[in-house]
Amino acid sequence: MTVTAELKGVTKAYGNKIVVDAVNLQVREGEILALLGPNGSGKTTILKILAFIEKPTSGEVKFQDGIVNFKNTEKVRLQSTLVFQKTTLFSTSVYNNVAYGLKLRKVPKETRDREVKKALELVKLEGFEKRNAKKLSGGEQQRVAIARALILKTRLLLLDEPTANLDPKNAGILEEVIARVNLELKTTIVMATHNMFQAKTLPTRIALMSDGKITEIGTPTEIFGKLSKNLASFAAVSNTFTGIAKATIGGTTFVDIGNGVQIEVAGQRQGEASIFVSPEDIVVFKNPVASSARNVLKGRITEIVDLGSLVKLKVDVGKPFAVQITKRSFDEMGLNLNTEVFIAFKASSVQII
Amino acid sequence: MADVLGGIAKAFQLIVSGDPELYGIVSRSLFFSGTGIILAALWGTPLAMLIALRDFRGKTIIKTFFSTLIGLPTVVLGLILFLIFSRGGPLGFLGLLYTPAAIIIGQAILVTPILVSIGVSAIESVDPEIMNLAQTLGASESQAQIAVLKEAVNGVILSNIASFNRAIGELGVVLLVGGNIAGGGVRTDVLTTAISRNTAIGEIGLAVALGILLMIIVFTINIIVAVLRKANYIVELVKAPYSRLKRSRETER
Repeated sequence: MTVTAELKGVTKAYGNKIVVDAVNLQVREGEILALLGPNGSGKTTILKILAFIEKPTSGEVKFQDGIVNFKNTEKVRLQSTLVFQKTTLFSTSVYNNVAYGLKLRKVPKETRDREVKKALELVKLEGFEKRNAKKLSGGEQQRVAIARALILKTRLLLLDEPTANLDPKNAGILEEVIARVNLELKTTIVMATHNMFQAKTLPTRIALMSDGKITEIGTPTEIFGKLSKNLASFAAVSNTFTGIAKATIGGTTFVDIGNGVQIEVAGQRQGEASIFVSPEDIVVFKNPVASSARNVLKGRITEIVDLGSLVKLKVDVGKPFAVQITKRSFDEMGLNLNTEVFIAFKASSVQII
Repeated sequence: MADVLGGIAKAFQLIVSGDPELYGIVSRSLFFSGTGIILAALWGTPLAMLIALRDFRGKTIIKTFFSTLIGLPTVVLGLILFLIFSRGGPLGFLGLLYTPAAIIIGQAILVTPILVSIGVSAIESVDPEIMNLAQTLGASESQAQIAVLKEAVNGVILSNIASFNRAIGELGVVLLVGGNIAGGGVRTDVLTTAISRNTAIGEIGLAVALGILLMIIVFTINIIVAVLRKANYIVELVKAPYSRLKRSRETER
């Protein structure tokens, strides 16, 4: 097993605030390592340190075989690249964006043209070279950003929440690209995510993060297999709740997740349990209706995020639930902040983690 | 009244006939102010980048200093420069007073606060992640700074145009350090000073003609810039060679 990068006792503090706390982490060659944790747990800072654009306050960073000297990172930066969570593009054409790193590396124009074409094909943006990058849709922009990083064929590819704020179609394209690059080019990938399902399917290993520390690290089966305390405390991960489960005579289980919210779950379970409901599996009504859904909860809309064809809502029913509906439904129902709504989902849509 | 009408008629006649005296003054003005701007951009742009991209104590004070200097009366700056360049002044030994060089340096100093102030705010309004982004793609510190500057190109061009307008239309500096010399060896009279002199000596026709051309120059530049900015041509021009732009537009058709 070769180690591509390693953090030894790395701490990063901004003033008095410690955002990364004595982290030890090995990134193994050829793996996809996911940093899974709520917002503010230090994922982005670790990625920035691995991209050598953030200097740790203390600790040691190894890359390939040498210890990284943060006074001069020009050379190592050529071998590691980071795609930001917030898509950042140069205000020029798609071609100029994607070719930027190759130009810096003085790659001849013919090779550059060919590589740009290949990279755009990979992210399914064939023929977009001359388009103005800033005028593309959000999903397309993020794919340009990924292509711009992929084209460099660096040893280490760092992705910060690559699919956050993307609709499922664009997210799907990106997940496919990530898997392919890892498989075909053997690129070592470290990605931050707070998407449980992405963490379950894509990575080789998962590092759980909270409060700047890595609390657990292992394969997805290991991490999701046992009910990890940290995983359970992931309140920040949408629609993940922890509570006490009580089996009913009817063959289902009620999980009391606090604030008077009871969730009915298919299957029998006793004791402490963590549950997850996918935002796509939740239906929104303006009035209570009779339905076969075992869980109907009344609440208010506290947040609205426009994702283009989709809208992400946060509905507070005593506990916050993330709900994803189409833009059309959203418009037709005349939903607004503070609108009172009912959310419904089947007992079988609830997964016990 | 007849004098005024006669003057205006004479002015149009001079403009249309391509009077060498008139166009000599115009081209001198364009040359002095243009060179002054280029000179000022040479030190103003790096200075703006330094102020915008570095964090240091007293940054706000420096920024306020430059934006306050925009309002400095040109005649006061002209006086200060006169004292510096005059024979007894600290730079008197250079013998620059009443030479084109003095005008160019004077105008460059005059527009520096505009270049720096607008430049700083243009660079500061660029997404702060651009710098990091360029670095993650392998750029060195200075290459990353150039990437930021390219994003700010609209504002930087605007600062150059504003500077040019200020330079070509000001009277204080060119009068005091240029001397408004209209005869002899090297002439230092420009549009504004020539208007003032010709008005004083009753050459209303030439004065009006100069005034009209000054306005035409300023308006034309502003209109061209407005149109180009709207079409985003300038940004493209600066970022890609013209030939490539032309080609891409042809293929679009």
